[in-house]
Amino acid sequence: MKLPRPRGKLSEALVADLTGGRALDHAGDPDGPDDLHLSLWMLYELHYRGFEDVDDRREWDPRLLAVRAELETSFEDGLREDVGEVLAAADEAEDLVSQLAAIASHEGEASVSQFLHRRATAAQYREFLIERSLYHLKESDPHAWAVPRLDGAAKVALAELQYDEFGGGRPDRLHSALFARALEEAGLDASYGAYVDRVSWHTLAVNNAMSLFGLHRRFRGSAMGHLAAFEMTSPLACRRYLQGAQRLEMGAAVEHYFDEHIEADAVHEEIAARTICGSLAETEPELVDDILFGAAACVHLDEVVARHAIDAWTAGGSVLLGGDTSEVA
Amino acid sequence: MSAPASGSRTGCQITVVPDGPALVRGADVVYDDQGVAHEAERPVVAVCLCGLSQRLPWCDATHKVAGGRPSKT
Repeated sequence: MKLPRPRGKLSEALVADLTGGRALDHAGDPDGPDDLHLSLWMLYELHYRGFEDVDDRREWDPRLLAVRAELETSFEDGLREDVGEVLAAADEAEDLVSQLAAIASHEGEASVSQFLHRRATAAQYREFLIERSLYHLKESDPHAWAVPRLDGAAKVALAELQYDEFGGGRPDRLHSALFARALEEAGLDASYGAYVDRVSWHTLAVNNAMSLFGLHRRFRGSAMGHLAAFEMTSPLACRRYLQGAQRLEMGAAVEHYFDEHIEADAVHEEIAARTICGSLAETEPELVDDILFGAAACVHLDEVVARHAIDAWTAGGSVLLGGDTSEVA
Repeated sequence: MSAPASGSRTGCQITVVPDGPALVRGADVVYDDQGVAHEAERPVVAVCLCGLSQRLPWCDATHKVAGGRPSKT
């Protein structure tokens, strides 16, 4: 993957720095959320697959880590303010699993899965696949950072869940590979990060939240709360994605991806909420608030993406930067 | 939820989730109420206990929209 196109003065300075230009010594004020989240995404990506045009040693460059920390503080502060409404859904619940369930069933104004189920065109469905490609081509990777930070039953349960995500011993069943086949079948580019230039900050923020939680040990509770909410909201949404794909005849690989996730995530949601988060809260009760914050961040950011997508689609526009998918197919 | 006791034997293990499915670990085949064999294709499968799933014998989370499994009492 090559570095993306900058979206403001910060991402421009970061790209320059990463390619051997002038050193960036602090983040300053980004030019809005696209500039901030693209910069943060680039800095996180150094820890995943890196960039062809960046020296791998920059991953642990203390100067870049300091810039990343500035952006993370700003992102975390904003998230903590924004998750209030979703978090309040857990107020009446008595135990952790019920709190997670209440957060996961919080309903925003817009639902991408309902739109794709009944209303979307094939072009809009492909835009959805493009937006999702940023995460699904590294599916479950951000949560894997938590493994060495957990112990006992929570660690065993996370490993059990991820064994399934990572193909259950069969490379052809790696979930990211299933998604790559779905993209190819829809006529899209399945290479890692291919569409980062087309994806707005809303989706970048979803990805950045997972990396923020995954890469910081202090957020291990939030990483697992995020995973629980992600899995708990998945089976019913995947059923609608599947029905939408069938209605639009998106092809067998697209259907298979979502079909697989209905059953898989019905298992994963129980493992994530009860065994992973439940065990973690038993052994480290001080993490309960972090677990709930992670879950609420997942649901809140999902709603941010949904609102953006539904607004664009119902206005007859594209959710992608630079217009519709006809040119990318 | 408590973890199984350490040193427990490997083999098939069934965990009934309150108001949810049964999580079955280590099964090769699940027979439905018609006696039809369904191969368990993942290390842990969720078997529907509410009967409302659209892909029996597997759970598809329909119990959540249906308000949980019918009470035993």
